[in-house]
Amino acid sequence: MSFFQNKNLRVVSVLGLSFAFFAAVLPNVKAQDVVTITGVGSSFAAPLYQNWAASAVKDINIKVNYQPLGSSAGKNQIIAKTVNFGALDMPTSIEQLTQENLVQFPTAIGGVAVVVNVPGVKEGQLRLTGDIIADIYAGKITKWNDPRIVAINSGVTLPATGIAAVYRADGSGTTQVFTSYLSKESANWKKAYGSNTSIAWAVGMGGRGNGAVASMVKNIQGGIGYVEYAYALQNHLNTAQLKNVAGNFVAISEDSIKAAAKAADWIHAKNYSVDLIDTKGADSWPIVSTTYVLVHAENKTSQEVTKFFRWGFEHGDAIATQLHYIPLPVVVKEKIEKTWEYAGVAGKEAKAK
Amino acid sequence: MLLKQSGYRKDKKIIPFLFTSSMWCGGALIFLIFLGLIFELFWQGKQAFSVFGFHFITSTDWNPGEQQFSAGAALIGTLVSSCIGVVLALPLSFGCAYCLNELMPQRFSKYITATIQLLAAIPSIILGMWGFFILVPLMSQYVQPFLQNLFGNVPYIELLFSGGTYGIGILTAGLILAIMITPFITAIMQESFSNTPVMLKESAYSLGATRWEVMHQVIVPWVQKGVVGGVVLGWGRALGETMAVTFVIGNAHHASWSLFMPSNTIASLIALEFSESAVGSLKMSSLMALGAVLMVISFVVLFCSQLLLKQVLKSR
Repeated sequence: MSFFQNKNLRVVSVLGLSFAFFAAVLPNVKAQDVVTITGVGSSFAAPLYQNWAASAVKDINIKVNYQPLGSSAGKNQIIAKTVNFGALDMPTSIEQLTQENLVQFPTAIGGVAVVVNVPGVKEGQLRLTGDIIADIYAGKITKWNDPRIVAINSGVTLPATGIAAVYRADGSGTTQVFTSYLSKESANWKKAYGSNTSIAWAVGMGGRGNGAVASMVKNIQGGIGYVEYAYALQNHLNTAQLKNVAGNFVAISEDSIKAAAKAADWIHAKNYSVDLIDTKGADSWPIVSTTYVLVHAENKTSQEVTKFFRWGFEHGDAIATQLHYIPLPVVVKEKIEKTWEYAGVAGKEAKAK
Repeated sequence: MLLKQSGYRKDKKIIPFLFTSSMWCGGALIFLIFLGLIFELFWQGKQAFSVFGFHFITSTDWNPGEQQFSAGAALIGTLVSSCIGVVLALPLSFGCAYCLNELMPQRFSKYITATIQLLAAIPSIILGMWGFFILVPLMSQYVQPFLQNLFGNVPYIELLFSGGTYGIGILTAGLILAIMITPFITAIMQESFSNTPVMLKESAYSLGATRWEVMHQVIVPWVQKGVVGGVVLGWGRALGETMAVTFVIGNAHHASWSLFMPSNTIASLIALEFSESAVGSLKMSSLMALGAVLMVISFVVLFCSQLLLKQVLKSR
């Protein structure tokens, strides 16, 4: 008669062990002052918010549950009040903000890279202009050795490979930023397609999310696509140089995105809806965008949200840079603080810390 | 004595009554859930149907920015990709089932049967990723250029194989679907193969029939029903497949003759756009309407196959 052949003893010991396990694994019941806030939206900002959240929980007892469902989802759900904050990659119109009583503030700056996969072309070597990219996505330029591409790429041998244009199949703030750039650069594009989170593409194929677009471009010979800068770096993709307003060809880098952010007029922009596309400056990267957060004004949980983002502004710059985002300029952070106070959403306690 | 007897009788009545009524409830519940689903899809899709009317089916526009939605492109993509899947899977699984039941010794065939069942258990997202990283480069480098060389000069057929060889597109999606549904069809066919009376086969052989004649004139007529059943089940799965298709089909709202061009299916379109649609919006309603269209297609496929089966059985 061994010990474990007794059925009751066995049941008791299994129960006891599982209790011990859960007691060790589940969070301490005493730590009930941890507040959980939920956010939904931009997949571009997801790594930043999730990393901030992981570090912030120790300091300010706020747990952030962030779901990267896309910018449109972020806007829809904050309006429907199913989440505490919505995150999106494009500014919301002033009418909509007042109508829904929402407060908008930026959190970080990022660039959109144009990535290519052209056989025989080395990293960062290919030069493109907005006009050419617009014609590629409109289906007017179909081969990589098109005379217009060859003309600005002296010294690079371009193959006769067909161009496979890749875009985001899901609604996305990145698409909005990219198509606004194309609309600004090409009058034909503006007339025919315009800019939106998803448009009726003339040619090409779609991938779901930045990651899918990146791997499709990597996988398909002759591919071209647009992804957030961090995704281009992570996937070791070949990025193209673009011609900026000053007429220089610039490569995407933290410096060129920073240069574009500096050139923007932050102080006079209403609701922080600055236009970071095609900013002036000799070294500015042309496709830059800000990612925003929307919260409800005069709302108690919104104060927890701002507490979290204040922590991010004060302590999160290093994390942001590490993840290839560009932190907001200090003047902007100061302005946001005033906006919070004005809208009655500034969580005070965190300041004392 | 009398009391006891009546109690016994009562008992005998109650338990069967409870049993049959609960069984009736189970059956009716399934029917009600089915009706509820159809009603819900059409009810939610009402807005889209009333705004776009018949154009919802015939048009191929999809432009969320301008609030234009239609099922045309995705409908064609769904039908074509699932048809390719079934057409490719049918001979494959027939061969597989025949080989396993008739040709292969039992000690090998049981391992292969287990492998086929495992293949059926692979989650579709794994197949999608495999398709994207392995099949797509193979298609673009070898299969598609080969097909283009082969059919490039044949009038009309060249249309099917025109365009860039990017590896992504309806043909690749059809291939992935074929791989996914082959285990299902094989399993059902195997079942009906093994149900063929041994006596019939043995008699045919003893009359001097060759293997081909036995297969052609004895086994095939016997397993017709199983084959059709397997195809219907496989087709149903192919129609509704989402994740694996999304990876390789290219998600473009275009209808084109070429099998190399990116397209879309109803299921993958719904999955892609669902999170981006506001409740009560025209877009959400259009997605629901798409779901209703998909349900109708599945229904039609099922109905046609039943009809076909009846015809076949009658002619015998």
